[in-house]
Amino acid sequence: MDRPANLLDEALGLDDGEANSLQPRVGRSVLVEDCVETSGAFVLHHLIKRFLSPNHSSSDSVVIFVAFSQPFSHYDRILRKMGCNLVVQRENKRLIFFDMLMLDCPDVDGVEGGLIALYGNIHKAVEINSLNKNITIIIDDISLLEVAANGSTKDVLNFLHYCHTLTTQFGCTIITVLHEDIYSSEDGFTLPLQMEYLADITIKAEPLITGLAADIHGQLTVLNKGGSDGLGRLKGKIRNFHYRVKENSVDYFYPGSRS
Amino acid sequence: MATGKVRTSSFSRNFSAAPTSSVPGLKYGPNGTIFLSSGIPDLDKILGGGFHLGSLVMIMEDTEAPHHMLLLRTFMSQGLVHNQPVLYASPVKNPRAFLGTLPTTLVSKDEKSRNTDAEQKDLRIAWQYKKYLGENKQHSEERDGKIEYCNDFDLKKPIEKHLIMGNRVECVSLLDCSNLVGFRDSCSKFLSQFPRYDGNISSAGRIAIQSFCAPQCNYYDKEWDMLSFIRSLKSMVRASNTVAFLTFPPSLLSPSVSKRLQHLADTLLSVKAIPDEDKELATLLTGYQDMVGLLSIHKVSRFNTQVPVILDATTYSIKLQKRRSLVLECLNQAPVDGSSGSSYGTSGGCSTTSKTSALDF
Repeated sequence: MDRPANLLDEALGLDDGEANSLQPRVGRSVLVEDCVETSGAFVLHHLIKRFLSPNHSSSDSVVIFVAFSQPFSHYDRILRKMGCNLVVQRENKRLIFFDMLMLDCPDVDGVEGGLIALYGNIHKAVEINSLNKNITIIIDDISLLEVAANGSTKDVLNFLHYCHTLTTQFGCTIITVLHEDIYSSEDGFTLPLQMEYLADITIKAEPLITGLAADIHGQLTVLNKGGSDGLGRLKGKIRNFHYRVKENSVDYFYPGSRS
Repeated sequence: MATGKVRTSSFSRNFSAAPTSSVPGLKYGPNGTIFLSSGIPDLDKILGGGFHLGSLVMIMEDTEAPHHMLLLRTFMSQGLVHNQPVLYASPVKNPRAFLGTLPTTLVSKDEKSRNTDAEQKDLRIAWQYKKYLGENKQHSEERDGKIEYCNDFDLKKPIEKHLIMGNRVECVSLLDCSNLVGFRDSCSKFLSQFPRYDGNISSAGRIAIQSFCAPQCNYYDKEWDMLSFIRSLKSMVRASNTVAFLTFPPSLLSPSVSKRLQHLADTLLSVKAIPDEDKELATLLTGYQDMVGLLSIHKVSRFNTQVPVILDATTYSIKLQKRRSLVLECLNQAPVDGSSGSSYGTSGGCSTTSKTSALDF
């Protein structure tokens, strides 16, 4: 399919073209950061669509979606408008959806029990699909996972480290969402710092400094640590561009490049 | 799959043609959502129709002024007028006493006067024209029907007794809750009356929680309990036909907890009192004398869509019209001597213009 170049895909290294897209994003971890003013949810929707769309180079990819923030119907409606039917994908076993809206771990035992059970489920799902498939684990979002774990940052970090082991063991990609402004004021720095350290790609959605605008909904900063591309060049790069969210797609453009 | 893709990629925006709901007080919105009125016609208009069924609305209080109570009262009264069950919780000993302070609907005579009032306004000078565009359209549309979607409320008259006497209002004192488990149970019991709509809705409910994180509550120091209560309230409400309306004082919470709450809110508003003698503001804004406060809209719920709602303005002035009914108006910069009033000239398509005023109107 002749897809117009998309700044986000390019920045993520997803747009490598058909030739060298053998397994370009195996074992990566992506962190999406947003704040109250601008939600980064559209990045998730974009990535889900990328991974599930039939003309994607690796059509055998599987998405494991751990949703804390929205019910399935919400994502389904949005992705449907983007041309991706989640219900069908779920029936085809390409989408494994964990509805975690009501997950609650009240006391210490509960925390461990709940998170361990969740990890067990994820692990099982990964194992079943591990043969010849690209698996993407999406967690939306970490801040709510923390609330579900009753504020036990240690348990949340343990859980995330476990999930990260899957990236090396099975070559999964892991995508997490974090509301970064929660941690900006206090000494709760460990979580976002560790997350950023673990992430290969950090995508940050921010409002424009100049305020709200109808035709620019915010700016994205993509930090791609990337590593080497095989030729010894380091690809680590920061890209910065504006975006505008529409119902069925998102426009990305460089600042000032739109009249 | 391919055909499905072609079909679904073109989104439709024909919600204006959607039939109005048969249930009074509810209105269909875009993306398969249903609106419920906030009780303030202007606020409904600003939010695009009202509050989404299933959403969690949060108001950040100004700790020095009770402006959030204005919104809370109209929200509850509107529910009672539409015969919707209301669950009210507040950190006082006897929450039922509060029901006596709820406002009643403005009678039609007053409504007419409001109309003529608006007609007079049409003759005003042009630089405030934005305020008057499309005014009263919503009212005239729905006046023919028996029950209006959104009423005007008279803040000076208490609500009719029979509306609050029945069992439609359930009151909970947050002081009685040593932890939030009991309150969560009563919420979930209340919510079980309104299972999620699938096509036909029989009724909708409202939950109003006043000053949720007030320090006099026993659970005040248990931040994670409060957060996990809100989280489960949010998911319970999402799975039902209700709107939860909650006010909290952000300054009494640690910044991170306050941010977390703001993230949890579907619709986030804040109110602020206007200091009596702020000379600087008085010269900046027209109609300063009539204002009682400012309402800021930080977040508008977006269900089933990823497109953010960008409003013309995020801050509105709260005014009391004839000391009775609540109106919201755009802030208008007073014309500065000699300068061409460019209070609305902020749209400009180019993002790189770094000209930004100190005040964000």
